[in-house]
Amino acid sequence: MDRRDFLKNICLFISSGAVVGGLSPDAWAKLIHKDYDPAKHYYGMGIDIDKCIGCGRCMQACKTENDVPGVPYFFRTWVERYVIKTDKSVTVKTISTNLEELADSFVEKDMLRSFFVPKLCNQCDHPPCVQVCPVGATFKTDDGVILVDGKRCIGCRYCIQACPYGARYLHPETRVADKCTFCYHRLVRGLLPACVEVCPKQARVFGDMKSIASPLGRFIRMNKLHVLKPSLNTDPKVYYANLDGEVN
Amino acid sequence: MKEFFNKLPEQAVRVIVVFLVLAVGLFVIRQFIIPPEMKEPALQKLSSMEREADKEVKYAGAQVCGQCHEKEHDIKKTGYHRDLSCESCHGAAQKHADNPTDVKPTSPKKRDYCGYCHTYNSSRPTGFPQINPDTHNPRKPCITCHNPHNPKPPQTPRSCAACHAQIERTKAASYHALLGCTVCHNTPEKHKTAPRTIRPTKPDTREFCGKCHDKASPGKGVPAVDMNAHGEKYVCWQCHYPHMLGGI
Ligand code: HEC
Ligand code: HEC
Ligand code: HEC
Ligand code: HEC
Ligand code: HEC
Ligand code: HEC
Ligand code: HEC
Ligand code: HEC
Repeated sequence: MDRRDFLKNICLFISSGAVVGGLSPDAWAKLIHKDYDPAKHYYGMGIDIDKCIGCGRCMQACKTENDVPGVPYFFRTWVERYVIKTDKSVTVKTISTNLEELADSFVEKDMLRSFFVPKLCNQCDHPPCVQVCPVGATFKTDDGVILVDGKRCIGCRYCIQACPYGARYLHPETRVADKCTFCYHRLVRGLLPACVEVCPKQARVFGDMKSIASPLGRFIRMNKLHVLKPSLNTDPKVYYANLDGEVN
Repeated sequence: MKEFFNKLPEQAVRVIVVFLVLAVGLFVIRQFIIPPEMKEPALQKLSSMEREADKEVKYAGAQVCGQCHEKEHDIKKTGYHRDLSCESCHGAAQKHADNPTDVKPTSPKKRDYCGYCHTYNSSRPTGFPQINPDTHNPRKPCITCHNPHNPKPPQTPRSCAACHAQIERTKAASYHALLGCTVCHNTPEKHKTAPRTIRPTKPDTREFCGKCHDKASPGKGVPAVDMNAHGEKYVCWQCHYPHMLGGI
């Protein structure tokens, strides 16, 4: 062996080590829960504004199901109350899950129209939050849900800034970004997200867009749909029916 | 070969040794110490999804409760609360479903819980049954008169305000305050028990309003207009919303 061959071999040896180290034998064999295959699903949600009664049960259920802090600044889903007065002024307030505070805002004068708008992460097809994450901690799953890897997140808040819908917050205990996951742990077991589960008016409709026969299928077929901030081209997968033009 | 090594200056041998130790060290670290999901983004994603999927489910879902509570399930099924899931009222109950004797869900027996959904709120969609808790049989728990699993009112609501409180309120401040709703809406009694299937009539012609407002045969004390000229081509309520005259 001459010097050249020797150097060649050393290079080969080291790079092959890197390649072998990078590969893991069971990399692709795993299913994340029993026989649940993410590639077979694609989730979306429909929200009918005309049905929402603003009872806040969805907010409460979400907090319980996902260990969201109880104080009223942290939400994975929340409901806004819009009041448009005869002078065209618009007030928007997130409703409280506390009955006394709720009762405070019940009566309004000179009201032109008013309604509730439930909001949550739009699970965008083109998520700005995923693009800005400097460590790749937030990503889109094959079933169309945006998740945050709590182990990887460094809590830099870029994604919170980047989200045009204000759907993320920094969890005060774990110090990582947190957001709606469509209750991913429920989806893999075939359950509905908690907010949909407790909605008394079916104002929230959840489903798999890969399945034709589903309540979401009908929702999409029967309504004229809107998404929030369509001009941003984020391609949300939360669809609104009977949405007022004042909502953004 | 041997000759080649012998010929190498000692410094070079040292460098090579150091180099080899480093290379082997790196290989070992990469292969055995760094967990595979940190090397491979796809694996990282998978393990993060697995962690998400493993989270604890707290709301058991609507299907579960009926298996053991047939009675409640069956009466709720046909009543006004059919769209409510058991856990909208009883709270998250997965733990109870897993271990029914040791963990008991709560039951909202007090008046306030019903208020989340039924307290009058001007933003709620018209038709939703609402009460004013201060005047609706105060202090008695709601469940003494309404079975929570089938909350049929002991008698049919007398006034339209039960479900159209917002309209009732604005009408009370309008010129038509003295006209009963049924002057303009022929309302079958059944509308109050099956409101969505049996609907009242709505005025559908200009002549309807003309009965009282026609200049040709004006009622006493009723302001009259020339039916042929006044706002012709449009129906009257395109300009005068009859529940809210004056403001707009
Ligand atoms: C595996 C059977 C089982 C399932 C599933 C189940 N329960 Fe029960 N539940 C029971 C039994 C048994 C009792 C009665 C315990 C007793 O009387 O001591 C009970 C009692 C209750 C009570 C009364 C508690 C009390 O204080 O007396 C409520 C409310 C209740 N269940 C709600 C639910 C709801 C909501 C669900 C669905 C998430 C559910 N249960 C699912 C078996 C079940
Ligand atoms: C509107 C809210 C509401 C919903 C929805 C509801 N419950 Fe209840 N439930 C109550 C209240 C309030 C009580 C307490 C009744 C009482 O003490 O008389 C109760 C009592 C019970 C009890 C105890 C019965 C007893 O005699 O002690 C069981 C069991 C129960 N519910 C099961 C269910 C199941 C199963 C469902 C779903 C099919 C359900 N509930 C849906 C409000 C609700
Ligand atoms: C999570 C929301 C929710 C809660 C909590 C709730 N209800 Fe209801 N209630 C509804 C819905 C939805 C309807 C059906 C209304 C409709 O058809 O639009 C309804 C209907 C009713 C009706 C029938 C009114 C009518 O004549 O149409 C009564 C009475 C009633 N509820 C009483 C109660 C009582 C008493 C409680 C507390 C034990 C309660 N509700 C708790 C959502 C709720
Ligand atoms: C003393 C018995 C009694 C109590 C207590 C009671 N209700 Fe009623 N409720 C009635 C009767 C009777 C009607 C139907 C007649 C009417 O319109 O007042 C009714 C009607 C309703 C309706 C239908 C809308 C309406 O105004 O007619 C709702 C919703 C309702 N009640 C909710 C509640 C809630 C929530 C509570 C507890 C905060 C409650 N009720 C307590 C007797 C009662
Ligand atoms: C038990 C609750 C309830 C009571 C009581 C009630 N309504 Fe309604 N009403 C509804 C609901 C629910 C709708 C459907 C609203 C919708 O389409 O979203 C409705 C719709 C209507 C409509 C519109 C129909 C249409 O086709 O658009 C009129 C008009 C109306 N009600 C008049 C009345 C009058 C007048 C009374 C009293 C005599 C009355 N309602 C009492 C629940 C009620
Ligand atoms: C002077 C006649 C008149 C009276 C009195 C009247 N309405 Fe109406 N109502 C109308 C007309 C006209 C419409 C159709 C409005 C439209 O399509 O823009 C209507 C529409 C409605 C609707 C359909 C939904 C909506 O918000 O427009 C409901 C519900 C309703 N009325 C309920 C009531 C109730 C409840 C009362 C009594 C408190 C009442 N109305 C009294 C004329 C009247
Ligand atoms: C049963 C008779 C009756 C019917 C039907 C009726 N109105 Fe009237 N309306 C009245 C009376 C009475 C007043 C005056 C009340 C007053 O000034 O105290 C009035 C007042 C008005 C006014 C206010 C006039 C002003 O002084 O500014 C308008 C506008 C009006 N009605 C429009 C309508 C429309 C639109 C309809 C058809 C949907 C209608 N009315 C149907 C009896 C009626
Ligand atoms: C194109 C819109 C329009 C339509 C359609 C319309 N109105 Fe008017 N109406 C008005 C306006 C604007 C006024 C106010 C005029 C004024 O103050 O001088 C008015 C005034 C009135 C008044 C009060 C007159 C007075 O002397 O105080 C009555 C009553 C009335 N309208 C009834 C009706 C009836 C009944 C119809 C249906 C046949 C109708 N309007 C259709 C726009 C309309």
